[in-house]
Amino acid sequence: MDITLQVNGVPRTVHVDPRTSLLDLLRERLGLVGAKKGCDHGQCGACTVLIDGRRANACLALAVAVEGREITTVEGLANGDELHPLQAAFIEHDAFQCGYCTPGQLCSAAGMLGEPGPSAVTEDLATDPGLTPEEIRERMSGNLCRCGAYVNIVSAIREVTS
Amino acid sequence: MNRIEGRVKVTGLATYAAEYPVEGVTYAYPVQSRIAKGRVKHVDAAPALELPGVLAVLSCEDPPSLAEDADPELALFRSRDIAYRGQIIAAVVADTYDNARAGADAVRVDYDPDDHDVTLRMDHPGLYKPDVVNPDYPTDTELGDVEAGLAEAATTVDVVYETPVMHNNPMEPHAALAYWDEDGRLMLYDTAQGSSTSRDMVAHTLGLPKDQVRVVARHVGGGFGSKGTTRPQAVLAALAAKAVGRPVKIALTRQQMFDVTGYRTPTIQRLRLGADGEGRLTALEHVAYEQTSTIAEFAEQTATPARVMYATPALRTRHRLVRLDVGTPSWMRAPGECPGMYALESAMDELAYAAGIDPVELRLRNEPETEPYSGLPFSSRDLAGCLREGARRFGWEQRDPAPGVRREGEWLIGTGVASSTYPARRRPSKALAKVLDDGDVLVQVGAADIGTGARTALTRIAAATLNVAPERVHVELGDSDLPDGPVAGGSMGTASWGSAVVRACEEMVKDGKEGRADTTDEVAKEAELARHAFGAQFAEVRVSMVTGEVRVSRLLGVFAAGNIVDPELARSQFIGGMTMGLGMALMEETLTDEEFGGFLHRDLAQYHVPVCADIRDVQAVWLDEQDDALNPMGSKGIGEIGIVGTAAAVGNAVFHATGHRVRELPITPAKVMRHTF
Repeated sequence: MDITLQVNGVPRTVHVDPRTSLLDLLRERLGLVGAKKGCDHGQCGACTVLIDGRRANACLALAVAVEGREITTVEGLANGDELHPLQAAFIEHDAFQCGYCTPGQLCSAAGMLGEPGPSAVTEDLATDPGLTPEEIRERMSGNLCRCGAYVNIVSAIREVTS
Repeated sequence: MNRIEGRVKVTGLATYAAEYPVEGVTYAYPVQSRIAKGRVKHVDAAPALELPGVLAVLSCEDPPSLAEDADPELALFRSRDIAYRGQIIAAVVADTYDNARAGADAVRVDYDPDDHDVTLRMDHPGLYKPDVVNPDYPTDTELGDVEAGLAEAATTVDVVYETPVMHNNPMEPHAALAYWDEDGRLMLYDTAQGSSTSRDMVAHTLGLPKDQVRVVARHVGGGFGSKGTTRPQAVLAALAAKAVGRPVKIALTRQQMFDVTGYRTPTIQRLRLGADGEGRLTALEHVAYEQTSTIAEFAEQTATPARVMYATPALRTRHRLVRLDVGTPSWMRAPGECPGMYALESAMDELAYAAGIDPVELRLRNEPETEPYSGLPFSSRDLAGCLREGARRFGWEQRDPAPGVRREGEWLIGTGVASSTYPARRRPSKALAKVLDDGDVLVQVGAADIGTGARTALTRIAAATLNVAPERVHVELGDSDLPDGPVAGGSMGTASWGSAVVRACEEMVKDGKEGRADTTDEVAKEAELARHAFGAQFAEVRVSMVTGEVRVSRLLGVFAAGNIVDPELARSQFIGGMTMGLGMALMEETLTDEEFGGFLHRDLAQYHVPVCADIRDVQAVWLDEQDDALNPMGSKGIGEIGIVGTAAAVGNAVFHATGHRVRELPITPAKVMRHTF
């Protein structure tokens, strides 16, 4: 079937197999390989993209289910040649090694910046805890990094949030 | 200087194996054995071939022509015999990924099953002594009289430690994209820790001359050993591309990775230690029991660190294997040293408590003059410096040695220490350095950057050799058409490729235009010395008396690893290894399915690796260490030592916190809660 969606600000109309995930649509049909396939089961976060500004696992969304939605992938984070502050901070803090989880970490972090309210580790549910290191670690725990760059990921995000 | 490929990695432009844009690409999807042992009676491809988009079905019904002595894990579809559950027995090629997957589901396989045995036991009747252990160490060693040493000891420890099956689980699943060009040359994009070595293995398997295969692996999404040897997807992509006459892509699923891309063997390790009244070892025995498959031997060198670590008049190390109906175990970060040092360093902690000696002090008292088993002098060894500096930074002096006495509400608090070690070797490598028209320098070497930062480290090495700014140096790697380089493994990458880069740069300066190097002779002429990196790891844990949960509040690693080529990359590598070591200590475990064979844990919801919330205060520092006997950089490999000792430090801290010793990894809440507090 034919669907139209906005990808990084550009309307794209594609004919898709109804079995196709958003992740496979991006990677195999639209040439946007920034979103990574690490598990295809929503367990690793490597495929994280923003759907209408909210972070989501692209492997868990069927392409046909996001018709008309605005998708932002890691390729759409920078403003032309000017890196998103998170991208610049990730480079500066050496917040990645192999780089395979990095697009998902970046999209996840970008989505996290716009998510107020408490999390599972928030002590006082009545007040906004802000993005303390504790809150960042909790909120970024859906994105696995096997190289073990978490320490640097948290410091990179801290630079952008503080 | 930041990572050279930083910008392409944060913008999503770095291209991994499955991501190269190739016109007319098709997709392969494997069919896996559902039995653990037996034979394939018949593969019925017809139901798959009737489905839309399906182009071909490959199986043992039409065996491909492969080298007689091909690695049995790579000799796809050659035999009807099944050696383990999950083995690839057929594959479907189709125009789209979804069609290939549906086709694989439709293939019907009839089996002739046999009884299987997938369980490692210390008393397994099939245990045998392999000829050597990896890579070529003696299987057993014997020095002095262990029984007499134990008999005369003031304190003895006799313990059994167990480690489970562990999976490397790099974030990038193993993938390959293959096509054959008009001249019959195979072009292969592969998730390989070495492009030259992958080319050699693929060419050998397919019975082709080396120059008929090109392997490209410019970016690799981690490997940790699992991409160090060629995996079946590379061979499958090549065979499938031949069969359909079009490019074929295959990306294994996370579940398939558990079955066919290797794993760390489970180990059962018995340690017997004796010490005199001053804590000096009188005997050390380390025996490791491990598994391999029925089709290949993989003998993990688990007891070898005991030959390196401590002075003792009596030393015995042994390895015993049993062939089970399982996939062949393989390389996982610090194979041998990692599980072996977990057991040895845990046993040393037990000895420290039994003898009433501080665990740091016990290790210092057993510092050897020369390498204990071989008697060779060390090129450098500063374990003592690491222990002392770590103790100082960690605040070890204030530590109350009594276990199970520090409480904060529901939390018990404890600290632990363990030593680390990893060999500092190198392999022969070639390299080319060339002055470009604009005066910049091009450096080519068949190296691999699997996340280590090899591009950046080699750029620094070339720039330092030539005394030019790093921006003037351009390193090309990850392509088998470049000068041959060894695999990124065994913590040998930088030492091996770097040596060749230095020599090529030196030759280029002499020539004025171009320099080529081959370090085969240089490596062969190395003086006989014991070459190892050392380290000390300190952990602080909090253990909940209510849930049994263990949280690691502090980890400190101090390393003596020669000259550190790039401090930022090195810190990331050390911390990354320690993070994986924390996972080994507390959560990583693949359960074997004893009833049906194969593994019960086959994804990341079941196989737990550390997440961001698990990692708090992790620090790595290093000592200045000058060692001119190693290589032109004076460097020791650092990719693996970070994981060595971490699990023991955490386990020892759990004992200090709770007063209870858990001797089987991982230290899960269920195991902690066997005890009452």
